[in-house]
Amino acid sequence: MAQIRKDKERETPALATSSLPDIIFMFLFFFMAVTTMKEVTFKVRVSPPYASEVQKLENKSLTRYVYVGKPMQQYTKQFGSETRIQLGDAFADISELESFIVSERSAMNENDQSMMTVSIKADKDTKMGIVNDIKQSLRRAYALKIVYTANKTTVAE
Amino acid sequence: MGKKRKIGEINSSSMADIAFLLLIFFLVTTSMSTSTGLSRRLPQPLLKDQVIPPVDINKRNIFVVKINSQNQLLVQGEELSVKDLRARAKEFIQNPNNEEKLPVKTKVNIPLLGEMEITKDHVVSLQNDVDTQYQAYIEVQNELVAAYNELRDELSKEKFGKNFADLDEEQQDAIQSVYPQKISEAEPKNYGGGKK
Repeated sequence: MAQIRKDKERETPALATSSLPDIIFMFLFFFMAVTTMKEVTFKVRVSPPYASEVQKLENKSLTRYVYVGKPMQQYTKQFGSETRIQLGDAFADISELESFIVSERSAMNENDQSMMTVSIKADKDTKMGIVNDIKQSLRRAYALKIVYTANKTTVAE
Repeated sequence: MGKKRKIGEINSSSMADIAFLLLIFFLVTTSMSTSTGLSRRLPQPLLKDQVIPPVDINKRNIFVVKINSQNQLLVQGEELSVKDLRARAKEFIQNPNNEEKLPVKTKVNIPLLGEMEITKDHVVSLQNDVDTQYQAYIEVQNELVAAYNELRDELSKEKFGKNFADLDEEQQDAIQSVYPQKISEAEPKNYGGGKK
């Protein structure tokens, strides 16, 4: 009887890793394309409300953000747990908003100044009182183009 | 001095590590979310000694939506749920049967569309309480915008056979002048209902 015998245990060939860099690079480019740089580090917790009729924000470089929400856990000792405003990287008082907008606008190119948009990123549990205050100071600062940030939902009917 | 020296191949085994490093860096510093939102235009600020000129708006031209601190809606004097708001707003803006109570229709000549009867002077007035929840406010805004968007879509389907978003700029302008978006956000007031 002819028997085929394996004398030696067959060696499994090493996994070919030469294409690994290419795969990783592909990932890298994918992520570079679909993501954007973080605007700021959040100091307030913001989970935007939901809406179905949202539009994409155009020219991000002309948009300034106002964050409204309750301070993150690590800041509650210092700033309390009431709703606060964050401008740029720091907590701010409502009275500082007007001067913030004015100085941000004057830093812009003259042609772009009228195109400035202020995006109000507020938590969905925020009371309208504070949002109204923000709107009034934006009006005083002549920043009339605003966007209420909201996440897209599919229409639930 | 005869042979040319062979150039050794570049060792590329660390390429993967470098790529990984870059990948992880980008994962950490970027965020997926794209900003979306509802665009609005605020009215001009009032000067200090400026008196608001008495606005001569016919009462039937105003669609009043009030939200109280319990996030309940009062639309044109009656309680309504958010779900029904869109239909009511559409009826108001369009005034299909030319009713007495709904806004006045005027004949306007619009390029591309010819003469149309539109509710030119209608205003949707949105009033909210200080304690209204932001989510509720956005929902109402959203329904109002949706009402406009649906009307525009219906009209562009009827006239051009396409969705509003697929029209060219000129056609969009025409449709927009039939249904101009007029949502006014009033100054906040307190409408009872559990004010602390």
